[in-house]
Amino acid sequence: MAFDKELNLEATELRLGLPGTKESEKQPTIAIKSNKRALPNFNEESCGSKENSNASHLIQKRDQEIASPAKAQVVGWPPVRSYRKNCLQLKKMEAEAAGMYVKVSMDGAPYLRKIDLKVYKGYPELLKALEEMFKFSAGEYSEREGYNGSEFVPTYEDKDGDWMLVGDVPWDMFLCSCKRLRIMKGSEAKGLGCAV
Amino acid sequence: MRKDRTGISQDDDRSPPADLRGAESSNKTRNCCGVGSVSGSTGPISMEFQAPCPDQVLENVLENVLQFLSSRRDRNAASLVCKSWWRVEALTRSDLYIGNCYSVSPRRAMSRFSRVQSVSIKGRPRFADFNLMPIDWGAHFTPWVTAMASAYPWLEKVYLKRMSVTDDDLALLAESFPSFKELVIVCCDGFSTSGLAIVASDCRQLKVLDLIESEVTDDDVDWIACFPESGATCLESLIFDCVECSINFDALESLVVRSPSLKKLRLNCNVSIGQLCRLIVRAPQLTHLGTGSYSSPDDAVPGEHASDLQSALSACKSLVCLSGFKEMLPDYLPAIYPVCANLTSLNFSYANIHSDQIISVIFHCHNLQVLWVLDSIRDEGLQAVASTCKDLRELRVFPLDARGDNEGPVSDVGLQAISEGCRKLRSILYFCQHMTNAAVIAMSRNCPDLEVFRLCIIALHSPDHVTGKPMDEAFGYIGKYGKLLRTLSVAFAGDSDMGLKYVLEGCPRLQKLEIRDSPFGDAALHSGLHHYYNMRFLWMSSCRLSPKGCQEIVRALPRLVVEVIKHDVAVCPDDTVDILYMYRSLEGPRDDAPKVVTILQ
Repeated sequence: MAFDKELNLEATELRLGLPGTKESEKQPTIAIKSNKRALPNFNEESCGSKENSNASHLIQKRDQEIASPAKAQVVGWPPVRSYRKNCLQLKKMEAEAAGMYVKVSMDGAPYLRKIDLKVYKGYPELLKALEEMFKFSAGEYSEREGYNGSEFVPTYEDKDGDWMLVGDVPWDMFLCSCKRLRIMKGSEAKGLGCAV
Repeated sequence: MRKDRTGISQDDDRSPPADLRGAESSNKTRNCCGVGSVSGSTGPISMEFQAPCPDQVLENVLENVLQFLSSRRDRNAASLVCKSWWRVEALTRSDLYIGNCYSVSPRRAMSRFSRVQSVSIKGRPRFADFNLMPIDWGAHFTPWVTAMASAYPWLEKVYLKRMSVTDDDLALLAESFPSFKELVIVCCDGFSTSGLAIVASDCRQLKVLDLIESEVTDDDVDWIACFPESGATCLESLIFDCVECSINFDALESLVVRSPSLKKLRLNCNVSIGQLCRLIVRAPQLTHLGTGSYSSPDDAVPGEHASDLQSALSACKSLVCLSGFKEMLPDYLPAIYPVCANLTSLNFSYANIHSDQIISVIFHCHNLQVLWVLDSIRDEGLQAVASTCKDLRELRVFPLDARGDNEGPVSDVGLQAISEGCRKLRSILYFCQHMTNAAVIAMSRNCPDLEVFRLCIIALHSPDHVTGKPMDEAFGYIGKYGKLLRTLSVAFAGDSDMGLKYVLEGCPRLQKLEIRDSPFGDAALHSGLHHYYNMRFLWMSSCRLSPKGCQEIVRALPRLVVEVIKHDVAVCPDDTVDILYMYRSLEGPRDDAPKVVTILQ
């Protein structure tokens, strides 16, 4: 988009950070001058990427990450007083270190649960927790065949909106990309295989 | 000046009319008790009995009655009855409220109201808090305190909001008002701990020193130690959570011990939990408590003070308001459970704790009327609030992560739940990523007492995420159901002029309207002409206004001050209006405006 090319995004990037790091709330930006706020539509971008092959996923993700600081360039937005922002800056960083909550649903179960992914060190722990929480057995996982011999299969939705089998990608990558978990009926999960 | 016998008194005639000098009664003190009482200088009851003329009787009665009127809106209404009532009301008004410091000059206010003991002044509009206004825009306390120094020697209370206050102003205040009792400063700036030190040491009758969300420069002055060192103080309220300075704890503890009337205490985060415990133990009569830092990094074992804190808090039988909780360590959270049932006000908006933890507190708080919280409470947490806090009047949900992720922790689901569970709601501030028209409509419908409605959808231009339609419909419903609405804030919303038209035509009580980055143009602006004199102010920034459109407002409404403010003096495309800020005023254009402000005439 022309908008991206005109702006030196790094120079005008507005982000929360510790005192002493670059932060420039008061700097007016080009986004303010025009009445039509030409901010990129992030929804469109993420829809478009579904069509692409996995190989270009990473590039798409990077573009999104670069584009998102533009969101924060609007002066005085959101309308939170600096006093409050400053108090919570450190809190925010603690929060990122402290937790990463995702919703977990199971087909047929009436209630959603939430779990903190950061609490688990790897897939075995996560699966055990899910099994206990929802009272099911996931069965044996193998890279070639997915979850064998079980009625329910743990899946997750990644940042691109794709549903993947839990366990297909390395744990760290899973932590970064998992938006939510869904424990599907085994029959429905047949379409999902190892994707990457 | 002779009194007109038809019964209408002269405006400025305050001395008794010549034929009634024998029974002087119009300059009596406030404790007069009826016809025939006289001013102190002539002694108690006059021995001469001349039947006072009916108008004088009426004035005496009026004065006796009107002094009991405390609501300023009632007083405003009473003052419009006739000149006699206007005059008597002016004599008996003791609380002066100036909603916009530029709507009237100090001189004019003080010449009308001569017996004022308490003054409240508000300056900048709220959007100034978000860097939308030039720093030196105005709202100076100096002309007010200078005028009051001579006009109101018996002044007892000052309340300031969004004003610029200097240390010199505070010094003048401390020096001029020997009966001074209460100073409340909200969202102000311009002064330092030096100014606080002067107030602490010189205002010997001080009951209230409340510093709320203000920027106070740390001059390294130990102002806490400046309170009179011996004897009991009159202090009832000491609030300084926003003052980022180190605290002399011994001085503070000694002050608390010497302040048996202290009911409200809000500490800054340089008071540790251990110190908090010690203070609470000294002041079990507290009704309002703001914790300092709610964690203890020096704990050998995390939470080792928890039981001390819990028992100290349990001893505070009158505690109704809790706040603070900065840097919160969850281990200390259960310490507050015993006091939750009595709480009417809880400010958790600096407490970054998980939703489950907040919910566990909420379930104890059946009597809550005011709740400030972070959006980490999530929709589930708001559902818990809706089912537990049936008496809720005010809710504020602040964003933890101001930048926002794709999926916000609170949404239309939470707002809907609140609208259904908390029917007595009067004021709401709600930050979210996405919203639906339906939820806003539900809020307008279910909460008929709503007076303040602030909705902030952080994801810019986000449509109704269920129907995909723009959020314009919501405006229609605000216009239709918002009959009591006094304040409305709008940002990045609407698709056309219709939104603003609905609101201006449908909300007769609307007094404060602030709009930014919305596609409202001159036509929408003009649709409110019938209403602008009833409003305290209108703010529109980054909308679609033209200088011509604003000029027409000036022509149509001469008593409005119309300020056009540039974002940046250098960049001037003259066909757009960056910021329009307009307000009614008796004084015409002010003379203290900075260069970026143009007052249209």
